[in-house]
Amino acid sequence: MTDLQREADAFLPLPPATFHILLAVADEDRHGYAVIQDVSERTGGELKLSAGTLYRSIQRMLEQGLIVEPRERPAPHEDDERRRYYRITPLGTAVAKAEARRLTQLVRMARAAGFVPGKA
Amino acid sequence: MHPYRLLLRLYPASFRHEYGAEMSTIFARRRRDAPGPLAGAALWIETIAEVLPNAALVHWDVLAQDLRYVARTLRRTPGFAITAVLIVALGIGATTAAFSVTDFVLIRPLPFPEPDRLVKLWEKTPGYATMELSAPNYHDWKAAAKSFASLGVYRAAAVTMTSAGEPRRFIGSSVSADLLPTLGVAPIIGRAFAADDDRDGAAGTVILSYQWWQTEFGGDPNVVGRSVIFDEKPYTVIGVMSREFHFPTSDVLFWTTNRFGERDYQPQERTNNYLYAVGRLRRGVTLQQARAEMDVIAAQSIQQYPKENKDTGAVLLLLSEEVSNRSRLLLMALSGAAACVLLIACANLANLLLARALGRRRELAVRAAIGAGRERLIRQLMTESLLLALVGGALGIAVAVVAVPLLARLVPATLPIAAAPSVDVRVLMFAARLTLVTGIAFGLAPVVRAGGSPDLDGLREGSRSGGGQKERLRSALVVAEIVMSVVLLVSAGLLIRALLTVQSIDPGFKPEGVLTMRTELPMPAYGRVATREAFYSRVLREIRAVPGVTSAGYVSFLPMGSMRGGIFPVSVKGDVEAANDTRRANNVAAIRYVTPGYFEAMAIPLKRGRDIGASDSRDRQFVAVVSESFVRRYWPGEDPIGRHFTFAFADREVVGVVADVRFRGLERESEPQVYLSSMQVADGAITFYSPKELAVRTTAPPATLATLVPGVRAIIRQADPKVPITRVQMLSDMVDLETASRSVQVRVLSAFALIAFVLAGIGIHGLLSFSVSQRTQEIGVRMALGAQSSDILSMVLRRSVVLAVAGVIPGVALAYAAGRSMEALLAGVKPADAPTLVTAVGLSVLMTVLGSLAPTLRALRVDPISAIRTE
Repeated sequence: MTDLQREADAFLPLPPATFHILLAVADEDRHGYAVIQDVSERTGGELKLSAGTLYRSIQRMLEQGLIVEPRERPAPHEDDERRRYYRITPLGTAVAKAEARRLTQLVRMARAAGFVPGKA
Repeated sequence: MHPYRLLLRLYPASFRHEYGAEMSTIFARRRRDAPGPLAGAALWIETIAEVLPNAALVHWDVLAQDLRYVARTLRRTPGFAITAVLIVALGIGATTAAFSVTDFVLIRPLPFPEPDRLVKLWEKTPGYATMELSAPNYHDWKAAAKSFASLGVYRAAAVTMTSAGEPRRFIGSSVSADLLPTLGVAPIIGRAFAADDDRDGAAGTVILSYQWWQTEFGGDPNVVGRSVIFDEKPYTVIGVMSREFHFPTSDVLFWTTNRFGERDYQPQERTNNYLYAVGRLRRGVTLQQARAEMDVIAAQSIQQYPKENKDTGAVLLLLSEEVSNRSRLLLMALSGAAACVLLIACANLANLLLARALGRRRELAVRAAIGAGRERLIRQLMTESLLLALVGGALGIAVAVVAVPLLARLVPATLPIAAAPSVDVRVLMFAARLTLVTGIAFGLAPVVRAGGSPDLDGLREGSRSGGGQKERLRSALVVAEIVMSVVLLVSAGLLIRALLTVQSIDPGFKPEGVLTMRTELPMPAYGRVATREAFYSRVLREIRAVPGVTSAGYVSFLPMGSMRGGIFPVSVKGDVEAANDTRRANNVAAIRYVTPGYFEAMAIPLKRGRDIGASDSRDRQFVAVVSESFVRRYWPGEDPIGRHFTFAFADREVVGVVADVRFRGLERESEPQVYLSSMQVADGAITFYSPKELAVRTTAPPATLATLVPGVRAIIRQADPKVPITRVQMLSDMVDLETASRSVQVRVLSAFALIAFVLAGIGIHGLLSFSVSQRTQEIGVRMALGAQSSDILSMVLRRSVVLAVAGVIPGVALAYAAGRSMEALLAGVKPADAPTLVTAVGLSVLMTVLGSLAPTLRALRVDPISAIRTE
């Protein structure tokens, strides 16, 4: 187990909001509103992060080093001067992966117990 | 301002500055997307419901983060953390304890309804600022006065009760039927006294205190109606008072009625003063109005009885101000000392935090430079201060809990309140407030500093420069600490001197090796002189035969015991005015009946003539042994032996002169004393003064004195099993009791002075250590340029000497003022007492030297090369 993995495991289990935000910034840098929209789309409108929950999570994730605010901004035509963008860090990626692994294991156990329909 | 912006103010400022704009943008977009006013309203409701918990959570996050940060930094500097917590704990602990006791005695209202209407009524006679009332004067004044809704009297009472063959004495109070209603209290079981219970010839009735009901009557719920035998007379229990009721003092176990009759109101009773009167002012009547009325009434009774009531006035005092001036002064001094300690503690802490903030300037500047907002830094420093204050406060309360029982010994036993104050909720609240204020106060000092320079000064200058102005502030705080510790040292020193002075006062007798006890002879069984004499001679003869006993004797009341009065007028042939004048300050003397052997047992030196002898019986010339002050007053420079005077209703011939005894206590001038033969009194007359207190002088070492007690007890038991034996104690203990409260005062004030001394020492140490560490580089440069060790030494020491001088001079001036204000406690020691001042100043200088020792050594050990290289 690498140091990074060990460090990532310390964050588990991850609060759902944190996990969703990590997923939202996994493929590209996003600003706050874009994160809310992404989470909403991904969950079919089921999870709508409030601004307070979002930025409280973001503040904490910045402190924990799961995300950063990159210096370079997107192309000027897409940029809004007031917006702040967030990018996932290697630690953030590792934490998201660790959480995904944890959830997978849980599902596997649930399936073994017959709780989940589908492939046996 | 937009309502959403207003809502955002619920978040911590740092969070708002960081994300407020973004959050507003998101909110604005959602508003835009909301279809119609209904959806808009729903959005608002949803937003408000979301902001409230989130804002609280963000605050919590910040607090948790700050606490983690503070814990980390404090762990790095454990010396600082421990010092700060201890300083707060000592300051708050001492203040809370002192406040608990002061509040208990001085501030808290009496435990009676509308206590500010309760007053105490006294007579005022020449030589006595307050004198108990006589029964006839009370009777007349009560009938005449309109100012009182009610007026009642009480006096001390003690009874012998025999249970299981063992006679025991109990302390109580004899009251008028209207006393308890005047106080506004009623029994919790049974009934109060009715007017009929208080008539001459009425059957005996008694109300029990809760404590006595529990201990002596087993808390029997059917106690009302039970009959008890007091002094061989039947009394019926009619009620039980509440657990909280103590009156007039906390050791009173029961109340009976006075049952005054005609004989108690006879004219000659007007100079027999023994009643304490408590009145409740009529609603709307002020103390001044009542005083004016009583003055008029007292003037009338002088006109009516010009002889008996000569120069007799009336004095009205609030019952709540019963606390003696000395107790009041003492508690004030205590509170003052506690306040000094608290101020020193706060100054020290502020200094400590200032130094720390200065040391952390670079760190703070770096953090400000990488984007920490000023608000964030302030919040963090405040968290640190409050944490230290809270931990210190909790510890301080523990200190108070331990200290209060010690201070409780300063509570005068003569108050109508339970004996022991405790740290109660109100006091805890006071401590909590104090903790908070202290926390914010010393939290602010570094914050102002940190806030004042959030720029990059700290980065540019390094951590070296303290800034002249800030340095002066810190020096001023240390000087203030020295000033206050000098004041406390001098005050404690003055009290120690006063204690020594009082302890060295000659009481007029030698207390070592004397066993004393009280054997109250039951009346009327012992009303006849011959019966008493048979008892005295048998008991004394047998006690004197006990191995180790050298002498023994009986007296009415031992000096410094429970009864310190007993004053009768004296008339000497030729002093016509005095003979007719029962009220004159300088014509009274203390009356004591004695058996032969009393002076020897007490080692009261016989200066002239002879002791009272066995031959001084009733059929012989009545004789008296008088004290030297009696001779000085009536026959200065003459031989008093053979002179006659009239005293206690008979002509007396002086046969001997003894040294004066301080029977009223070590610290009071006592009236001249007249000792009479226990045999020379009429049957049934003045039995109150018949000898009942026994003094036995032994050669036994003090430690084994107690082993004599069973033998002496057996002798008395065999002589008469009905005689109760009480107050068995060493005479030396009785004398020590005289200075007990003083010893406690000295110990308490010395403890405060010691705390202040240590705190101020820590303050000096802290300031100099810091300034040496700040100037390490400068010292290095100086040394590199050829400065000698002595130069460096004088550089550091000059600083500490300046601090000491700046603190000691105003300190001594203030101490003198403090000494003046507590002069009444000083037993004649002058506030400008040179040895005390010199010692206090010497100690302060010593403290300064000790405080600067470590920093000075550190300065001397500075290695010039590494010091210059540091930067």
